[in-house]
Amino acid sequence: MFEIFTRLADWAAYSLLGLAPDTPLGESVHFFIEDITKIFFLLVLIVFAIGMFRSMLTPERVRKVVAGRSRAVSYPMAVGLGAVTPFCSCSSVPLFIGFLEAGIPLGVTMSFLIASPMINEVAVVVLAAAVGWKVALLYVAAGLTVGIVGGLAIEFFKLEKWVEGYVWKIRMGEGVAETPVTSMKQRIDYAWGQVKEIVGRIWIYVFVGIAIGAVLHGFIPQEFFVKYASVDNLLAVPTAVLIGIPLYSNATGVIPIVEALMAKGVPIGTVLALMMSVAAISLPEMIILRKVLKPPLIATFTGILFVAFIGVGYLFNAVLA
Amino acid sequence: MKHFKVLGSGCKKCATTADLIADQAKALGVEVEIEKVTDMGAIMGYGVMSTPGVVVDEKVIHAGSVPTATVVQGWISA
Repeated sequence: MFEIFTRLADWAAYSLLGLAPDTPLGESVHFFIEDITKIFFLLVLIVFAIGMFRSMLTPERVRKVVAGRSRAVSYPMAVGLGAVTPFCSCSSVPLFIGFLEAGIPLGVTMSFLIASPMINEVAVVVLAAAVGWKVALLYVAAGLTVGIVGGLAIEFFKLEKWVEGYVWKIRMGEGVAETPVTSMKQRIDYAWGQVKEIVGRIWIYVFVGIAIGAVLHGFIPQEFFVKYASVDNLLAVPTAVLIGIPLYSNATGVIPIVEALMAKGVPIGTVLALMMSVAAISLPEMIILRKVLKPPLIATFTGILFVAFIGVGYLFNAVLA
Repeated sequence: MKHFKVLGSGCKKCATTADLIADQAKALGVEVEIEKVTDMGAIMGYGVMSTPGVVVDEKVIHAGSVPTATVVQGWISA
């Protein structure tokens, strides 16, 4: 189905630019052209298509739906809705406060915030196109599980004391009167607006991810990864997660790197642990959350995710590699 | 005179929204007052969780994105 992008890259890299296949530069440029056309095509298509059907799944609505439910329902709901609700990380703080104000437990709120950057429908489709549906579904299952486990751990340790005091005093007002979207034109306008906003926000991460993937693909020999990142090297998974923590990218932006690493024979658990770590934990996100969370809670939160991602990595490597 | 409030904790999109309202008002020759609200308690007081939000005469009319120019013109001339 995506062969057309391979053909296009064949033509552009080998005929148009006259590069030789099987040379590092030729391989890199081919990877770059194939991925940049394929991923941006999918990105625009999926964001538009989803925008057409989901005219509005807002954090405000999620808050209303999740509030007051039992834990058995609210945790799965929080991660599930976290995965499909679009919101930019600059809205993390009001979202956090709004959830707690509605009486949603801290653990459930954190579950939502963990799952949200890690999983989204665009990343899942692009991941499936790059490395197959099996890996994409495993990633989703692992991401949802980590979200629930992370939230439950925060609830278990009773960390509410490390939420900034002012957060509990804020009271929410009525909110925006929703205007129903009815006409086809409104739907198209909304969907197109989503494309402009989302692609405008994440294109740089995707671009950089493709560039890094292309260099890995063409210039780093397979032996390097076999030597340092095989299943036998138990340090590979923790190292991958550690590398991912300070790196900041959108989940979709990591996929070209995932693709290149898997093609080089890096085991699936190690690669998925890296992807989760890059997408879910980042310095800018922590700085934003610092407005509502005290440092010990941020440290605990990072520690829980660190352990969870390593667990996911080892588990997948043991079962699948 | 219409009183606009742009809700948002200082992100780029909030500044863009405020500028957009000012530009459109100028283009339409309508005088408006624009105030940026950055205090989180005040923003939440309007029930807005996804910023930027827009309030006209104390009523929330928009939240969660930079509005389009057409939409903004609608608010100004309404």
